[in-house]
Amino acid sequence: MLQIKNLTVSYGAINALKGISLSVQSGSIVTLIGSNGAGKTTTLKTISGLLKPKAGEIIYDGKNIAGLPPHEIVGRGLSHVPEGRMIFANLTVLENLQMGAYLVRDKKVVRRELEFVFATFPRLKEREQQIAGTLSGGEQQMLAIGRALMSQPKFLMLDEPSLGLAPLLVKTIFEKIVEINCERGLTILLVEQNANRALEVSRFGYVLETGNITLQGDSASLRQNPQVKSAYLGG
Amino acid sequence: MTEFLQQLINGLALGAIYALIALGYTMVYGVLRFINFAHGDVFMLGAFAGYYLSPVVNKFLPAQSYVGGALVLVLAMAICALLGVVIEFLAYRPLRSRPKLTVLITAIGVSLFIEYTCQHKSVFGAAPHKFPDLIPATTINFNGLVIGVNQIIVLVTTAVLLVALRFIVQKTRMGTAMRAVSFNEPAAALMGVNINSVISFTFGLGSALAGAGGILFAMNYASIDPLMGVQTGLKAFVAAVLGGIGNLPGAALGGLILGLLETFAGGIPGVSNYRDGIAFAILILILLLKPAGLLGKSTVEKV
Repeated sequence: MLQIKNLTVSYGAINALKGISLSVQSGSIVTLIGSNGAGKTTTLKTISGLLKPKAGEIIYDGKNIAGLPPHEIVGRGLSHVPEGRMIFANLTVLENLQMGAYLVRDKKVVRRELEFVFATFPRLKEREQQIAGTLSGGEQQMLAIGRALMSQPKFLMLDEPSLGLAPLLVKTIFEKIVEINCERGLTILLVEQNANRALEVSRFGYVLETGNITLQGDSASLRQNPQVKSAYLGG
Repeated sequence: MTEFLQQLINGLALGAIYALIALGYTMVYGVLRFINFAHGDVFMLGAFAGYYLSPVVNKFLPAQSYVGGALVLVLAMAICALLGVVIEFLAYRPLRSRPKLTVLITAIGVSLFIEYTCQHKSVFGAAPHKFPDLIPATTINFNGLVIGVNQIIVLVTTAVLLVALRFIVQKTRMGTAMRAVSFNEPAAALMGVNINSVISFTFGLGSALAGAGGILFAMNYASIDPLMGVQTGLKAFVAAVLGGIGNLPGAALGGLILGLLETFAGGIPGVSNYRDGIAFAILILILLLKPAGLLGKSTVEKV
């Protein structure tokens, strides 16, 4: 479904990604793990068009989307839940979700998607009219995911959905990710520092280190890999 | 009492014009976080558009008619909207990824370029022009209170434009996109908002309002020249800061307050000579005491 070939991205003179290649099979959850500054967020931002690549291709559904503006990429069915959630703090929960459906012109479809999001995250339904900035961290993360779902994506990118959440909420969020993947058949690219959880829910994984992919494989085998164990799974 | 009411009307009419211009400053600041110093010149170009359009419109509509006046206003607004979009496209868009200071200095450059090009004898020339009467120049007398029809037109037109603006910003798709960009630009882009078209639209909308301000100003003060946008533009900028830059109701409120203060100060013997300084005194006071402005919220960086 998505194939990245030799992607290079730089901030000025510094190369944040040094020619990475990866692929995501349709219907699967693939994870990208690595420490701070490895280039995980850069990868997602480049796929969604917030950053322009210096070189390389991003093939989605057979077409190279590298360098397109973000709104065209969303229009093709790729949705990005950014790091730090970036919800519209001054708008209500409902207005945030409606913003997510900005490109969906059919009101009936918007209503149907809204029902789906509320069914997945009942907490958002309870807080429908609340100003989004007053939600708890976990609720804001649910809202960010729900908002991304409103654009009817086929491909969902999640950047550190567990960041700053209490362990119990982390568990809930990961359960929801699996649920969205199974029930909607949504392909997911998951970026995480919580490697343990990420490798549990995903089928395939890549390890990113200072702009290069150093390891890749079935998530189950990566969890047994001694290097991964010592570096990312706490021994 | 009559004098008070008289000054109140004068002040509101002046303030309404400041408000129309201030809205453009504040809208552009909302989406791009920079002050478009060429905005006052768009106001001037609006007045000149009216000056040149009026004889053309008079060829097929009776001179000094309300319909003709309205047509001149709408056409001048359209011309200014187009100019605003072109200025953004040529001068600011190529600098989108550059530091804000670069864009700010460019804006000053654009402003000077427009002012001095327009003063050339083959453009408008530096001498003041007498603005034609767009509507019948009559006054209404309520028991000694004399109100010019022009002033009523200023207030009514401004009110209509403010309501229309509020509708556009709150109820339309483009308005929603504008608000989203002003809250968080990358997040808006990820929702599928085309950032460039929102920015163009914002410049167009703000410039149309400045153009309307130019026509209304010229109707009331009769004399127009290529530098008329300098001081009025700066004062409208102060009005936007006074209300809270980035805040639309704030810009309108700031404009009205500034217009009233200037007009009332102009009526006090001994102070009247300083009326043009009031705006800048307000700017200093606001920056010292309440930098976020009257309606603005001070933002706290979350770490």
